[in-house]
Amino acid sequence: MAPILEINNLYKNYGATEVLKDINVSIEKGDFLVLVGPSGCGKSTLLNCIAGLEPITGGTLRIDGHDMTHVSPKDRDIAMVFQSYALYPTMSVAKNITFGMKVRGVDAETQKSKLAEVARQLQIEPFLNRRPGQLSGGQRQRVAMGRALVRDPKLFLFDEPLSNLDAKLRVEMRTEIKTLHQKLGASMVYVTHDQIEAMTLATKIVVMKGGIIQQIGSPAEIYNRPANLFVADFMGSPAMNLIPAKTQSGSGGTLIEIERPEHEPIRLTDPRARNLPKDIILGLRPEDISEPGFRVGALVQEAPCKVEIVEPAGADTYVQTRLGGKPLTARLHSETEAAPGTVHNLAFDLSKVSYFEPESGKRIN
Amino acid sequence: MTDVSATPAHAAVSERPQGRSFGKIALRWLLYVVLGLFAIYYLMPLFVMVTTSLKSLEEIRTGDLLSLPRELTFDAWRTAWSEACTGIQCEGVKPYFWNSVMLAVPAVMISTLLGAMNGYVIAQWRFRGANIIFALMLFGCFIPFQVVLLPMARVLGLMGIAGTIPGLMFVHVIYGLGFTTLFFRNYYVSIPVELVKAAKVDGAGFVRIFFAIFLPLSIPIIVVSVIWQFTQIWNDFLFGVSFSQAGTQPVTVALNNIVNSTTGVKEYNVDMAAAIIAALPTLLVYIVAGKYFIRGLTAGSVKG
Repeated sequence: MAPILEINNLYKNYGATEVLKDINVSIEKGDFLVLVGPSGCGKSTLLNCIAGLEPITGGTLRIDGHDMTHVSPKDRDIAMVFQSYALYPTMSVAKNITFGMKVRGVDAETQKSKLAEVARQLQIEPFLNRRPGQLSGGQRQRVAMGRALVRDPKLFLFDEPLSNLDAKLRVEMRTEIKTLHQKLGASMVYVTHDQIEAMTLATKIVVMKGGIIQQIGSPAEIYNRPANLFVADFMGSPAMNLIPAKTQSGSGGTLIEIERPEHEPIRLTDPRARNLPKDIILGLRPEDISEPGFRVGALVQEAPCKVEIVEPAGADTYVQTRLGGKPLTARLHSETEAAPGTVHNLAFDLSKVSYFEPESGKRIN
Repeated sequence: MTDVSATPAHAAVSERPQGRSFGKIALRWLLYVVLGLFAIYYLMPLFVMVTTSLKSLEEIRTGDLLSLPRELTFDAWRTAWSEACTGIQCEGVKPYFWNSVMLAVPAVMISTLLGAMNGYVIAQWRFRGANIIFALMLFGCFIPFQVVLLPMARVLGLMGIAGTIPGLMFVHVIYGLGFTTLFFRNYYVSIPVELVKAAKVDGAGFVRIFFAIFLPLSIPIIVVSVIWQFTQIWNDFLFGVSFSQAGTQPVTVALNNIVNSTTGVKEYNVDMAAAIIAALPTLLVYIVAGKYFIRGLTAGSVKG
């Protein structure tokens, strides 16, 4: 079966500025693709290109096997949810939802039954006769989703649909979108700058920066094996610790030495690593640096560190120390005895370590 | 709504004079007195017009300009409406009044609709050169009437509509387009572009998006455009006198002719009545739609 969405060598220029460079992505039916990156990375432009709202400068775009590169939005069999919801202000909720069907000349009976079905699904029946201006942000969000759902398209497009909601509602709607995706088995493309949204929703993530794809992969791949320093730093909260270190090949593997002020350098041994360059950047997630005794194995190594800041976050406590001239965050359990100014033993779990080349920023293990 | 909400706020402040010094109260009174004087100054001509139109010629000759009429008579109004002479014809302003209605109503509607479409295209379908075209249309607002008289007469002649009401309508539509485009463009520019995108994805085309989504949103700015255009077209004298002939003159031209074609006695009461009749429609439009006018000029953003 052809992929539901296939983008080959896509380029997009605004005048002389290249906004998107050589984009290659393809997803299968039922995939949830999330485009994530900082603002200005081109993710929304890419979504607009998929929708046909922006012309493509070069390359091809196929939806369900059909070439859609130069096809107008209405003939692409897509539906889109916008950040500002873009509800038609003078129409009632019901008319907003059925507008697309009305334009396409769907008969009134079908319109009515589809509207009822979607309204029930999204629990917006009570306000079908209201205007968008009389609804709360969350309700508008639902109507915008309803407008997309009622079309039953091949591809759903979401342009940062949750970023105008407050934190609590955002988490609720996130779960709801995920439920909807599982229930419908629909194919979706979703743009966000929020890496947690990306991780929780996606079956496939595209991380972008400066109009270039940095990495494509499942959430686990992106999280555990980031392709470069940018992805490592961007995905995950608190961010991955990226510490400059020196290496030395020894009999028991590679010896890694991390400088720190006022103290002995920390020395760790990674028996699996081979042929690392002399200077590297070592990447460890906060949860891979914990209190001694919680994780065991040859790859867990302890070192005393001076605690600078302690941040209790409820379930966990984040502790900051300084290594290799950079702050390092460790995630300890909430009953830790670590206090600012004291020296505390931290356990470094190297089983999930990432090594990066300092110049290019590329992953090397 | 700023015009409404401002008043209670001021009232609330002036209701608490305890903590205020005498100077502040005096200042406030001075303000009211000055404002009152200005109001009287502006209302005086209207007062004179109305009272004079209700007096008999006899009373005008003997009485005081500012005094109230001793006995009310509507003869002058009747004469002005259907009997006063404009040159050799003596039909009053009635036929010319209807000329003006026939001219102004379609011209206002056409120029408003075209302005709305222009504004929609320039604001929401940013084609190449849209800004240049908008700048040029804006430039049209600043061209003085007198400059276009001769070329316009030639164009109307070539089109074969010189001296007709449609010809005059054409002139007013063209001349008003700069203003109406400006109104609608500035109104539509604040509407998020995502609205058009959503409608495009929904399958609607250029015309459909305009009529189904943008036009229903535009009531306040339509009111502004209608008031502006109606006032301009109804009150216009120069185009009216230049591009019309005997049977097609608008009411402003007829008024001028009534006032200027006197036989012996100057009938001030008839002149005043005719002038008020000629001014009534614009006054009426402003009274009916005035509050939307302020609202439309100040409100721009539409929450999506």
